[in-house]
Amino acid sequence: MSNDIFVITEHMDGKFSDVSFELVGKAKELASAWGGQAVAVVVGSRVAANVFASNLTLQIDDAALSQFNPEAHGKVIEALVKEKSPRLVMFGWTATGMDLAAWLSARLGVACAAYVKNIGADLTMTCQAYGGKMIAEVAPEGDMAIAACLAGSFPAEAGQGSTAAITISLPIDLSSLKVKFVEAIKPAGGDVDITAQAKLVSIGRGIGSKDNVELAEELAQKLGAVVSSSRPVVDAGWLPRTRQVGKSGLKVKPKLYLMLGISGAPEHLEGMKSAELIIAVNTDKKAPIFNVAHYGATADLFEVAEAMLELL
Amino acid sequence: MNIVVAIKHIPSIADDLPVKGNNVDFDSVDFVLNEFDEQSIEQAVLVKESVGGTVTVIGVDLIGELDNVLHLALAKGADKAVKITGDDPSADSHTQAKWLSEAIKGLSPDIVFAGVQASNDLDGQIGPLLAAHLDMPYIGGVSSVGVSGDTATVSKEFAGGVGAKYAVTLPMVVGVQAASKPPRYAPISKVRQIAQTATVEKVAPSGDASSGLTFKKMAPPVAAGHAEMIEGSSKEVAAKIVELLKSKGLA
Repeated sequence: MSNDIFVITEHMDGKFSDVSFELVGKAKELASAWGGQAVAVVVGSRVAANVFASNLTLQIDDAALSQFNPEAHGKVIEALVKEKSPRLVMFGWTATGMDLAAWLSARLGVACAAYVKNIGADLTMTCQAYGGKMIAEVAPEGDMAIAACLAGSFPAEAGQGSTAAITISLPIDLSSLKVKFVEAIKPAGGDVDITAQAKLVSIGRGIGSKDNVELAEELAQKLGAVVSSSRPVVDAGWLPRTRQVGKSGLKVKPKLYLMLGISGAPEHLEGMKSAELIIAVNTDKKAPIFNVAHYGATADLFEVAEAMLELL
Repeated sequence: MNIVVAIKHIPSIADDLPVKGNNVDFDSVDFVLNEFDEQSIEQAVLVKESVGGTVTVIGVDLIGELDNVLHLALAKGADKAVKITGDDPSADSHTQAKWLSEAIKGLSPDIVFAGVQASNDLDGQIGPLLAAHLDMPYIGGVSSVGVSGDTATVSKEFAGGVGAKYAVTLPMVVGVQAASKPPRYAPISKVRQIAQTATVEKVAPSGDASSGLTFKKMAPPVAAGHAEMIEGSSKEVAAKIVELLKSKGLA
């Protein structure tokens, strides 16, 4: 058992994601409080890994790890964590971290918290649950804990540095994997690029049906804007995935982000909180979006949109 | 092919969540099907329609109202419904996943579907926990699944349309982000008819697991800031928004 903190970093095409730097920065703060080391763990193949301000960077390099493979990466991380027994293992609550954190928790029988926004020196974890409507404080039992942290929770700068990575040998055999990477999927082209728009009219679940999307399109047209959306609208097939803002969609920073019927779950906020002017219309006066928007109205989005159309 | 869908009944976040002690007051909230489970039920039925087999939907009955959800799943094309009589509305993901895994083992699944996440997954999601207990590979964030022989081809989303395609030797657990087609609609008349005729198999909870998390506090967020609220009727709100946009040169 140690007081070390392992950060499971993530990268694609040789580039580390912001959340990896954010977690390393936070790990350094905790490590100095606990008298341990902040260890950046880089699992991949031929990744330039001397980029963290960690106390130590451990690199596991193998051709089988060249693309994210939840089975291969999971096995490697499990073997490494078992061997080194850190006090805390940090993942991003991201497309890759979400495949691994809870799985590792069940494999090792250690506590795991998700939706983590902050971690105290006493290991109390602050989690943003229930679509951002509640903040929970939880304390993990045991000698080891896992935290799956929301992107954007800590400053990235504190994790950036040039610690020389130490390559360690593959801790487990990867010759009989059941999961095989086939190919990368690239974004579908042909649609407008919502990240390049100055104005977005963004619709959420509150839009109610595919037919109602037309109203948002009309309003957007009058404003010289483009329609974007939160994830449920895309999952329902009402808009193409190219229009999705948020964690699993695109990150946007328009001059205007006019939100109709979006409650503001953490996953959506990740994609739009830097917009210059955020106006939110929602029927739920306690919708979390009102804590982030600059202007808000508790109102029926259809009535507001129709009235705006008359005035524009 | 034995297709299993593990679902989660969760507190609705449409209304305010009351607090009791250091957690949500589970006795005073409505429970709904996790929205991602609607996608995973659809994906399971699509796989069945493509390659044949049976779809078994299984969940922990936390408050004695899971039948409604199970009937809906049957109306959408599932063949069999099972509820684990958990009767503990505070059962966390670790507890539910353990109970589910014990029950699912007996179903000898070829493929298990779960929603990629739920809003109350404070201790992680059902899918990866199930995979660990069942000793099967897990891939989450999945937006399409095809099965051929003993191999599933799944597409996983990272972000912004970037993703990866994997070929997996079955059995496996899939965490569904979105089904390859939008979930079908089940007419209420069909759901009612099924409610009268369908049998939901009951299974007692077996196995013990806990998240290892102690709740110290549960409360609505204390906001660092709050939107300046525009009051008035919808017309007045619209007028003020338009005025605001014009003043900033945005309309």
